[in-house]
Amino acid sequence: MGELLKVDKIKTEFKTDKGMVTSVDEVSFDLKEGETICLVGESGCGKSVTSLSIMHLLDKNGSVTHGSILLNGKELVNMSEAEMRKVRGNEISMIFQEPMTSLNPVLTIGDQLTEGIRLHMGYSKKEARDYAVEMLKKVGIPRAEGIVDDYPHRLSGGMRQRVMIAMALSCKPKLLIADEPTTALDVTIQAQILKLMKGLRSESKTAIILITHDLGVVAEMADKVAVMYAGQVVEETDVFTLFDNPKHPYTLGLMKSIPHITNPDDMRLESIPGSVPSVYNMPKGCRFYDRCPFAMKRCLEEKPELRPIEDKKSHSIRCFLYEKEEREFEEKKQDEKEVLS
Amino acid sequence: MAMKLNPNRNVPEAADLTSKEAVLEELGREESYLHMVTRRFLKHKMAFFGLIVFAIFVLVALLAPVLAPYDPNKIFGDFDASPSSAHLLGTDQVGRDVLSRLIFGSQVSLTVGVGAVAIYVAIGIVLGLLAGYFGKWVDMIIMRITDVFMSFPYFMVILVLVSIVGPSLSNITTVIGLLGWPAIARLVRGSVLSIKEMDYVKAGVALGYSTPKIIFQHILPNALAPILVNATFGVASAIIMEASLSFLGMGVRPPAASWGNMLTEAESITVLSSQPWLWFPPGLMILLAVLSINFMGDGLRDAIESQQAK
Repeated sequence: MGELLKVDKIKTEFKTDKGMVTSVDEVSFDLKEGETICLVGESGCGKSVTSLSIMHLLDKNGSVTHGSILLNGKELVNMSEAEMRKVRGNEISMIFQEPMTSLNPVLTIGDQLTEGIRLHMGYSKKEARDYAVEMLKKVGIPRAEGIVDDYPHRLSGGMRQRVMIAMALSCKPKLLIADEPTTALDVTIQAQILKLMKGLRSESKTAIILITHDLGVVAEMADKVAVMYAGQVVEETDVFTLFDNPKHPYTLGLMKSIPHITNPDDMRLESIPGSVPSVYNMPKGCRFYDRCPFAMKRCLEEKPELRPIEDKKSHSIRCFLYEKEEREFEEKKQDEKEVLS
Repeated sequence: MAMKLNPNRNVPEAADLTSKEAVLEELGREESYLHMVTRRFLKHKMAFFGLIVFAIFVLVALLAPVLAPYDPNKIFGDFDASPSSAHLLGTDQVGRDVLSRLIFGSQVSLTVGVGAVAIYVAIGIVLGLLAGYFGKWVDMIIMRITDVFMSFPYFMVILVLVSIVGPSLSNITTVIGLLGWPAIARLVRGSVLSIKEMDYVKAGVALGYSTPKIIFQHILPNALAPILVNATFGVASAIIMEASLSFLGMGVRPPAASWGNMLTEAESITVLSSQPWLWFPPGLMILLAVLSINFMGDGLRDAIESQQAK
């Protein structure tokens, strides 16, 4: 189980009329083969931009200005467009949110599926078609031989998302980025798609970056979770720790805002007051200051760092509330090092 | 028992379709996009009429040597003869058979119409795709050139260019073709601007397709519908353009027959008032050709647009 992807403190900026705007700041995470990380957070917190940064799919005015993204030891940040084209579809693939618009309406399913297969795997037309049918069967599409010659408008949303998954996985990528793959689908189809992705994951050892704002999906799919807020990772840990022992005030707020089966009937869900600060006007200190129930004077001035604390599994938090734990963890590490040496 | 009543229960995809959607999908399964557009087009009465008239024109043009009773340039003894059984539409001032010239004239009109449009659609598509997809300075340059071309008085420029290169069938076709592209380029650029933001284009990039492949295979087919409609109307206006040029003596050179230069003879008042067989048939032919093509264009637009509106 080698390290597949290492995203290290990337900063993505966009050039706008009002100057440079930072959309993603100091985002770090790493991913092993076959592992799934979920990026969670509300709209506009930089989840999608993070994934687009990895893929080099940012709009022309956006770029990764700091940090590094290593895929199997290869640096992606300053890779040329031509080199990147070989990585896309081949090593990293992507599924988009809207299955209704992610397929080209004027090309048949087969045309769209075989295109990537022929490009990256060098199959002949006939072989590619057979392989496409096989992929369609694999993602659970009935009548696959008939569907290859159909146009997308004849398929329902769930079917289209299956086709998208077949397309994304056909070249056996090592990493799959799924940007809210089930948000536009209704719950029953959502469950089917998630089940399908889990099956394919265990079969092909594909690592997945799953972007979502649905904590239910997180609980279902993730190994690791990175909670993002206003372009930063505020808490990163494995999925069990996140649900059992959430620490960051924002994560706590998120947890309170989802219904739970043990809630009393008349209990109202809590929401986090306020909204995400504007990218044009990021606070100097903690970005959650305005909305945080535990805000201290210090949070306004100083910027908290993402630091690990002592827990059952690795667990990092960006908050001054846990400074003591963070310091203890650091000291312990130091001690361990000294003991070893 | 319940399972028997509801055989779809076990099929997960079928279960989430309401019955109406299921019916629609069933209908959709039986006909392709092309099929659907064709059906709608044929249901459009005017378009169907236009198609038939236009088809007759094409047949006549192709079979001209067979259909024409005489050689169009053969001179008979009796000039200015009124219609008779020997010359169904009479003869002109030089003594040539009007019907034969009319039949051969259709070749000229269709060649110019289709040829010029083919040239400018090709240019317009390429420039429009480049401008729309790449944006920035590429877009700037191409669109400014387009503006320059659009600001020319179209007819005058064609007239001047034709008189420089010399009037002939191929020259008019080329000149009209080289000047007609700005409208198409703008149209294509506009479509591309919206299409390139679609998820399937992004998905194409994410799957590692090359840029030319994305532009020509993924974006262009989606922009074809309005181009097709515009090109149809373009054929009609190119035919009118050729007729006008020929009428002014800057088109097809006599003795070769074209509807436009046949109309030239109507310049004299005597012909206009007392010899209608010289100018009425070519005039009617131009009218019919242009009308039939425009009806087809209308029908095509309706067929395609109602498909998109659905």
